[in-house]
Amino acid sequence: MSSATMTAPADKKSHSLALMAGILLVGLHVAIGLLTLVWLPYDPTAMAGGRLEGPSLLHWLGTDRLGRDLFTQMMIGSRIALIVGVGAVAIGAVIGVTLGLLAAFASKWLDDALAATLDILIAFPTLLIAMLVVAASDTANLWSAIVALGIALSAIVARLTRILAKRVLVMDYITAARTSGSSWPKIVAIHILPNIWPTLSVNFALQFGLAVIAEASLSYLGLGAPPPNASWGRILQEAQGTVYTAPLGAIAPGIALVSLAIGVNLLADGLRDAIDPTRRAR
Amino acid sequence: MSLVRVDHVSFGYTANRRILDDVSLDIAQGDTIGLVGESGSGKTTLLRLLLGLARPDSGTITFDGKPLEPGNGAFMREFRRQAQVVFQDPYSSLDPRQTIQSIIAEPLRSLKIAGDHAKMVGNALDAVGLDRDVGTRFPHQFSGGQRQRIAIARAIVPGPRLLLADEAVSALDLTTRIRIVDLLAGLSKTMSLLFVSHDIGVVAALCRRIVILEKGRIVEAGDTAAVLANPQHPYTQRLLASVPRLNLNEVSS
Repeated sequence: MSSATMTAPADKKSHSLALMAGILLVGLHVAIGLLTLVWLPYDPTAMAGGRLEGPSLLHWLGTDRLGRDLFTQMMIGSRIALIVGVGAVAIGAVIGVTLGLLAAFASKWLDDALAATLDILIAFPTLLIAMLVVAASDTANLWSAIVALGIALSAIVARLTRILAKRVLVMDYITAARTSGSSWPKIVAIHILPNIWPTLSVNFALQFGLAVIAEASLSYLGLGAPPPNASWGRILQEAQGTVYTAPLGAIAPGIALVSLAIGVNLLADGLRDAIDPTRRAR
Repeated sequence: MSLVRVDHVSFGYTANRRILDDVSLDIAQGDTIGLVGESGSGKTTLLRLLLGLARPDSGTITFDGKPLEPGNGAFMREFRRQAQVVFQDPYSSLDPRQTIQSIIAEPLRSLKIAGDHAKMVGNALDAVGLDRDVGTRFPHQFSGGQRQRIAIARAIVPGPRLLLADEAVSALDLTTRIRIVDLLAGLSKTMSLLFVSHDIGVVAALCRRIVILEKGRIVEAGDTAAVLANPQHPYTQRLLASVPRLNLNEVSS
């Protein structure tokens, strides 16, 4: 305890720095994403210049092989990435946390059955499950990709929730809540969720990054958002044939993807620390 | 008049192994009883049954003349108000994400007890010897002994008639233990106390009556002084012999 107290000021400083960096990175993408709803530099589907132009004042990231402005597409990509990340994680969280809590409270055989099912689901790569779900639905569009990714992610969330909830359930403060007359729903809301939330939220941030990358992969395979939805994955796919002559088309989506994933992780870490009473100074 | 009556209660988690075997026990109003036994003797299980957290396989437990029915919501609410518990581990019995105020007020909220909760929490903090202004702090800011006081405050805040203490001082260091035992001794003047422990020394200091549990059976019961002065059952004799004593002769030689 004493060592934790001694290092607290330095930790606190780096925590708030990480939080600031996270807010900046995510905020940038959110701002760009919102901007695309009202304004774009060029029509994303029309030829705006020559083919495969390099960066210039008119086209900051140059143009693609059809002469479309790459920066415009990247901006739209931000919006799509955010929608996919938030949507998939929200779906995965709702299904996963519900299933995980159910398993934690279930009788032994039901818990075993759920745990085994989750393990099998997790053994398949997220992308593979998502592809299966997309393939099963008739039309491949942005929403089918989000639902598919959400379902694929929910297995991971469910398993984590189950383990975390079980760990909290054996605590004396749960028994104390019961002898204090609190009902199970109340115990879940007041004691279990707040105590498993810090770990879950960091996991959600990781999954956000996973979802955005997986959507890029789905788009790359032609199973994601169809044109003109310029997701980063689609930009990457379209740029791969010309990667030697116009490398920016491949580099830009990669950098954008990484910056958003890092931003979300920093943001989640920072928020977790900011709301954690045990990390506040005495 | 007996507040709690345990009548020929048996219990097992699995069909072929009994944790409690035909246990009968009376806790009179105002009584202070030490329930002593080694690990695995069934002490904690008996406590869970007494708290209505599990049902006996056979036999009955009555509180104030009425049988404990975990399914009867209205009765259990009244029962929980009157019977509270303090656990062994002060580090696991307080939710790390709740303020002290919120932890102590939980029985008041959940049992829908009328009144000024903030004031009642303040009174409970007074009673356990903590400052009233600790309410905004969190459990990790307190030592083990202070946490146990907070846990005791939560137990006494609804004004119970029965306090169950499950090894409530075992995890504390010696000087803290003495202070918490003193605190419990003071509380036992206003409520019945069932003090579960493997520590005969603490029980001797605190409890008027003693009940010895071995492998789920009560092997000896009676006034603490009488039982300890003249233990009848071999198990009690062994328990007494196993109390570590400071042999001054050996230390000095």
